[in-house]
Amino acid sequence: MKDKKLISKIKKSQLLLPVVAMLLVMAVNIIHDAATGAGAFSFFKITLQQTTGNGTILYGRIIDILNRGSEAALLALGMTLVVSASAGTDISVGSVMSLCASYCCMLLAGYGVSSVNELAKPLWLGIIAGILLGCLCGAFNGFLVARLNIQPMVATLILYSAARAIGLLVCNDLIVYVRNDSFGFFGSFLGPIPTPIIITAICIAILSLILKKTALGMYIQSVGINARASRIAGLNSKRIIHLAYIVCGLFAGIAGVVASSRITSADSNNIGLYLEMDAILAVALGGNSLGGGKFNLAGSIIGAYTIQAITTTLYALGVSTNQAPVFKAIIVIIIVAIQAPPVKAYMRKKSLSKTAKGVA
Amino acid sequence: MEDNVVLTARQISMTFPGVKALDHVDFTLRKGEIHALMGENGAGKSTLIKCLTGINDFEEGEIHVDGISGPVKNHSTRDAQEVGISTVYQEVNLCPNLSVAENLFIGREPMTKLGTIDRRSYVSRAQTIMDELGVAVDVTRNLEYYSLAIQQMVAIARAVDMDCKVLILDEPTSSLDDEEVEKLFGVMRMLKSKGVGIIFVTHFLEQVYEVCDRITVLRNGQLVGEYPIVDLPRLKLVAAMMGKDFDDLQSIKTDDNASISDEIEISARGLGHTGTVKPFDLDIHKGEVVGVGGLLGSGRSELARAIYGADKANSGSLKVKGKDVKINQPIDAMNLGMGMLPDDRKAEGIIADLSIRENIMLALQSKNGMFKLMTRAQQNELADKYIELLSIKTPSRETLVKQLSGGNQQKVILARWLATDPDFLILDEPTRGIDVGTKTEIQKLVLELAKEGKSIMFISSEIAEMLRTCSRMIIMRDGEKVDEIKDDLTEENVMKSIAGGDKK
Repeated sequence: MKDKKLISKIKKSQLLLPVVAMLLVMAVNIIHDAATGAGAFSFFKITLQQTTGNGTILYGRIIDILNRGSEAALLALGMTLVVSASAGTDISVGSVMSLCASYCCMLLAGYGVSSVNELAKPLWLGIIAGILLGCLCGAFNGFLVARLNIQPMVATLILYSAARAIGLLVCNDLIVYVRNDSFGFFGSFLGPIPTPIIITAICIAILSLILKKTALGMYIQSVGINARASRIAGLNSKRIIHLAYIVCGLFAGIAGVVASSRITSADSNNIGLYLEMDAILAVALGGNSLGGGKFNLAGSIIGAYTIQAITTTLYALGVSTNQAPVFKAIIVIIIVAIQAPPVKAYMRKKSLSKTAKGVA
Repeated sequence: MEDNVVLTARQISMTFPGVKALDHVDFTLRKGEIHALMGENGAGKSTLIKCLTGINDFEEGEIHVDGISGPVKNHSTRDAQEVGISTVYQEVNLCPNLSVAENLFIGREPMTKLGTIDRRSYVSRAQTIMDELGVAVDVTRNLEYYSLAIQQMVAIARAVDMDCKVLILDEPTSSLDDEEVEKLFGVMRMLKSKGVGIIFVTHFLEQVYEVCDRITVLRNGQLVGEYPIVDLPRLKLVAAMMGKDFDDLQSIKTDDNASISDEIEISARGLGHTGTVKPFDLDIHKGEVVGVGGLLGSGRSELARAIYGADKANSGSLKVKGKDVKINQPIDAMNLGMGMLPDDRKAEGIIADLSIRENIMLALQSKNGMFKLMTRAQQNELADKYIELLSIKTPSRETLVKQLSGGNQQKVILARWLATDPDFLILDEPTRGIDVGTKTEIQKLVLELAKEGKSIMFISSEIAEMLRTCSRMIIMRDGEKVDEIKDDLTEENVMKSIAGGDKK
């Protein structure tokens, strides 16, 4: 009896499908590994490896997915809030990431310098400035959306197209290299664990805590469902939407710093490229309505890592980098289609008639 | 099927999770008849209508429509329209950003021979349709430009124009003023003489006796009975709907003015909002129930909105408890002890996708601030308290508020404001679209609140209702406060004042 309740609870949960999608991707890996004789569970295998230095690091496909998926997961956190509050998406996050990375590296290297080994400014200053610039971009987007009532897609289109160019401007058209281990730390390892995983975990934990301990989550959902009614009930709808965009910019800033630290440089043209699409997709895969309102943060996070898992799996299967997007698209279509309301209703009907037959 | 019958529904049953919404209900509609479908909130009226129009998928029973052999099963409103069943709902379901003419013809646009939309005949036909109904509108303007009442008339015009055999009007009059209601009745009688069967759902008893020929009463999803109008006088109807003898509405008001103190709670001087309400002076005492009367669009809601900061006042001054205050937005008013139940429940009241618990706690939470989230236990306690106090009919406090019936939704919004323990509560059409029993409950509650020393502003289209609860009435006309009636508070005086007549 208790089991049945649990099963029905799981069935009803919004997380069911994102989790199933994730499991599906894993299953593909297991089958492939078994077929090629690599050992059925080599996907899950995590080993300790010696580095060229004298440290040991965790190594394995799971670790790789968690590590590479960090930026998308960070962006998905902010995107979830933006989608919920404003029923629109922030398509500028990828470009903003790049701008923040450029600004951070420029500060650390000094203006007009293309490559340094010694930092020109304290590390913390560069990092904080990069992240704050993200907040500023978010505030700008939020201002356009919340105060000027511009459609989110149009409002964020501005920074989507401009931010990368501003980044190049900031760096005097150079790719700035900051070849310094203290800066590289954010994209490498803390002990045996990749630092991006730790940073993302901390961000997730803090945001979850805020949503649990304050009324922010309810405010955002309330405004997203019915902004006028929320205002009458005493919420400052505009301020809440504005805040959602600022938070989104904050995470874009963090993601930008992580991404540039990985390559110890600010490559304006490539950092965060197309990542806004992954973030939006992550929110959708997580079972969140892009029409705003109720949101589920865990769903978005699982969604982000699922996308990364798909990419990693495709590479493991030997699909070339150029063809990977085609297969990714096919998989995404399937995942999104099984979450579509008409398909869901059809499945429900089928399972109902099955139980009815069972009783008869 | 009998000769003059246009629609029959037999043994219709329908279950929602946890509720038997319809239990083997029969319904018969004859040609050229206006048939009232009556019942309290949650009696199953809307569910039955949705079964007829294909929105709900009923589990048992059959529907037959004149001229079609075999049972009819509609799967969408489009199916329903094809068999001749058109519906106009309580809430207007048209596109506000399209013109009136476009709204009239969506999905069935007049075409030219080339297969393009015939813009010219389009507009002229639309204008003819609206003129025939006697509604003065410019059909090329966007629908959102017009009041809710006009939008409703457009919805009706659209349904009427689609050669229907059965016209269902679900609470069409709840947002219309008297004159517009008369106009609608004119249209209904015209259609009746053409042989259209009309199902009329309303909460206004007077209107039922004015236009209807027959009444079907539902209660808790079951059929109580079908009666010719002459066999069912008002009191019997109410008794049939409630399943008990009715306690007379007139008796709820006890001794007048006993609760009113000399202390002034709210004092407005020259307060106004450009374009909606002209500057007005108003004092409201502690423990007083002040009614605001006037036609729809007369500025009665706008007066309240200017005080509450829903539309920020841009002239004049406001004192609360004797202190000068500046209200920029609703939260400022809330912090001064105000609350407002807005008239448009769907657009400004409920947060549809949130639970009853969240809807009830929302105002109190926003008053407390974002960082002082109530514990789950406190939230549950709060929700349970008001679900019981206002007898909100729901399977659980976690039910989404959109799944409740209109009256219960209204109670949830009321609970939201009672939870903040306001000193001054504005109730804008609190009883619109809800049944007689709940109406009386709300009116009683208003008087109780006043007795506790709270000040209430009560806005309603129903004069009788305000006469029962208010000790003083303000009359609005064309955005202007034109009168205050205190001593000779009778229906006749109020009507006279609302109508105006001798304009200076």
